[in-house]
Amino acid sequence: MEAMAIVSIFVLAVFVGFEVVSKVSSTLHTPLMSGANAIHGVILVGAIIVADHSKTNLELGLSLAAIVLATINMVGGFVVTDRMLEMFKGNKKGADK
Amino acid sequence: MSSTLYDLIGLAAGVCFILALKGLSHPKTARRGNLIGAFGATLATLVVFFYVTPPRDGSEAHSLPLHNFWWIIGAIAVGLIIGVPAARKVQMTQMPQLVALFNGVGGGAAALVAIVEYLNLGTEATTAEVIFTVFTVVVGCVSFSGSIVTFLKLQELMTTRPVVFPGGRFVIAATLAAVLGVSVWVVAALGTTPLLILAVLSLIFGILFVLPVGGADVPIVISLLNAFTGLTVAASGYVLNSTLLIIAGTLVGASGTILTRLMAEAMGRSLFGTLFGAFTAKPQDVAGAGEERPVRSGSPDDVAILLNYARRVVIVPGFGLAVAQAQHTVRELADLMISKGIDVAYGIHPVAGRMPGHMNVLLAEANVPYDQLAEMDEVNPTFGQTDVAIVIGANDVVNPAAKTTPGCPIYGMPILEVSNAANVIFLKRSMRPGFAGIENELLYDPKTMLLFGDAKASLTKVVSALKAL
Repeated sequence: MEAMAIVSIFVLAVFVGFEVVSKVSSTLHTPLMSGANAIHGVILVGAIIVADHSKTNLELGLSLAAIVLATINMVGGFVVTDRMLEMFKGNKKGADK
Repeated sequence: MSSTLYDLIGLAAGVCFILALKGLSHPKTARRGNLIGAFGATLATLVVFFYVTPPRDGSEAHSLPLHNFWWIIGAIAVGLIIGVPAARKVQMTQMPQLVALFNGVGGGAAALVAIVEYLNLGTEATTAEVIFTVFTVVVGCVSFSGSIVTFLKLQELMTTRPVVFPGGRFVIAATLAAVLGVSVWVVAALGTTPLLILAVLSLIFGILFVLPVGGADVPIVISLLNAFTGLTVAASGYVLNSTLLIIAGTLVGASGTILTRLMAEAMGRSLFGTLFGAFTAKPQDVAGAGEERPVRSGSPDDVAILLNYARRVVIVPGFGLAVAQAQHTVRELADLMISKGIDVAYGIHPVAGRMPGHMNVLLAEANVPYDQLAEMDEVNPTFGQTDVAIVIGANDVVNPAAKTTPGCPIYGMPILEVSNAANVIFLKRSMRPGFAGIENELLYDPKTMLLFGDAKASLTKVVSALKAL
C-alpha cells in the first residue's frame, strides 16, 4: 500500500479515536476500556493471515498460539463487556432478579 | 472473493468499531455499541477465510481454503473454550484483572504475529516493515508481561504496594537502553536471534515497568497498556497490508490514550508521574507502623441507634463491600432506612472499587436504583447536612491525607469529604490500611465509630438491630 494512504488512514483514525471518547462519564470508563480491549482482539485476523503464510512448523506453531491468544482477547473481551453492561440495563428497568 | 470486496468488508468492520466506541461512550447506547463491535469483529474474522492475500513476488495467490485451515479452526476453538467460560463465570469483583489479562494476551498475539511474519519474509522485508515489526514485538511483549504483573497485583497474588529495589531505576534504564540498542541491531542486521533477544528483553522491561506502580495506579496502567496493544495491532496492519488492522488498532490506541488521561484526571493523578514512577520511585518509610492509637469501636446496636435518629445518611461503598459480597445486604439496609423516612444516598467515588466505574457495575449487579447513586461532585457539598456517613470497605477514597499531606502517594486525589458529616461509621475487617497502603487519620477522629468484622455479617446484624428499634 502506498505510504501516503497509510499515513492518511492513521492520522484520520487517531482523530476519530480522540473524538468518540472525549466526553465519557466515569461510570462508563471500565466498560469502555473493556470494549476497546475487545476490539484490538481483531489481531485475530492478522494471526489467521500469518497462519496461512506459515511454511515451517515453528511459524505454524507460533501463529496458532497467536490465534488462541487473539481469540481469547476478542471473544472474552466482548462477552465480559456485555455482562457488565447487562447489569446497568437490568437496573434501569428496576427488575428484581 | 475479489480483493475490492474483501477490502470493502474490512472497511465495514472498521466502521462498526467506530460506532462501537461511540456507543460505549453513552449509557443508553453502551450495550448496543458493544454488540456492534462484536458484529464487526465477527465479520472481519469470517471474511478472512474467503480471501487469500497474494504472495509478494507477484505470483498467483493459492486457491481456497487457506493453508492450515483445520489447524486455524482448531486454534480458534481452543481460544473459545478458554475465553468464553472465563468471561462468563468471572466474579464482577475480579473483572478488572480479567480485562488486564485479556489485554495482555492480545499484546502477546500481536507480538507473535509480527515474529511469524518476520520469519516468513526473511531478507525480503523492507526497512520500514522491519521497523514496524520491531515496534510490535517490543510494545506487544511489554503489554503482555506488564499486564500479567497487573493481573497478579489485582488478584493479590503479589503485593499491591509499589515494588522498589535499590538501584531499581538504573536497572530499568539499562533494560530500556538494551531494548533500544537491540532494536537498532535487528533493523541493521536482520536476524532471527536478535529478534528473539529483543522479545525476551521487552518481556523483562514490561515486568520492571509495572512493578513500581502502586495498587491505586494499576487501572491507569492497564488502560495505557490497552492503548499500547492497539498501536501494535495498527503496526501489524502495516506489515500485513491490512487496512482493517490499521484502523482498528489506531482507534483503540487513540481512544485508549484519551481514556487513560480521563482516568488519571478522575483519580487526581498525573499521568507522567504514574508512568515514570518507575524512574523516580524511592523506597518509602512506613510511617507510624506498629504505633497503637485508641479508636472508638461500636456494636451493631450502636450503629442502628445512630442510624435510627438520623435524617440523612450517605453510604460510601468501597471494594471491601464487593469482596464481602455485601451489595445486596447494603441495599436491604438502605431500603429499611428509606421506609423509616431517612434520606439515603450512595456516594460513589469515581475510582471506588478497582477501576473507574467499577463500583457502579457492582451496585448495578445488586439492583440498587440509579437515582440513589450520587457522584462525588454531587454528594460532597451535602456532607455538611449529613448526620451519618457509613463507609463500607473503603479507605483511600475518604482519606483526608489526600488533601492535607503533600507527598503521600494519594495526595491531590479528589476524595469524598465524609469528615464533614456529623458522624462517620467505618465498617472494616481490620485496621489494615487500604489498597494504596496509607494510614487514614479519620479512623482516629472522635466522631468516628468503627464496626469491625466482615462487611456482610456486620450489615446483617445492623439490619436486624434497626428492624427491632
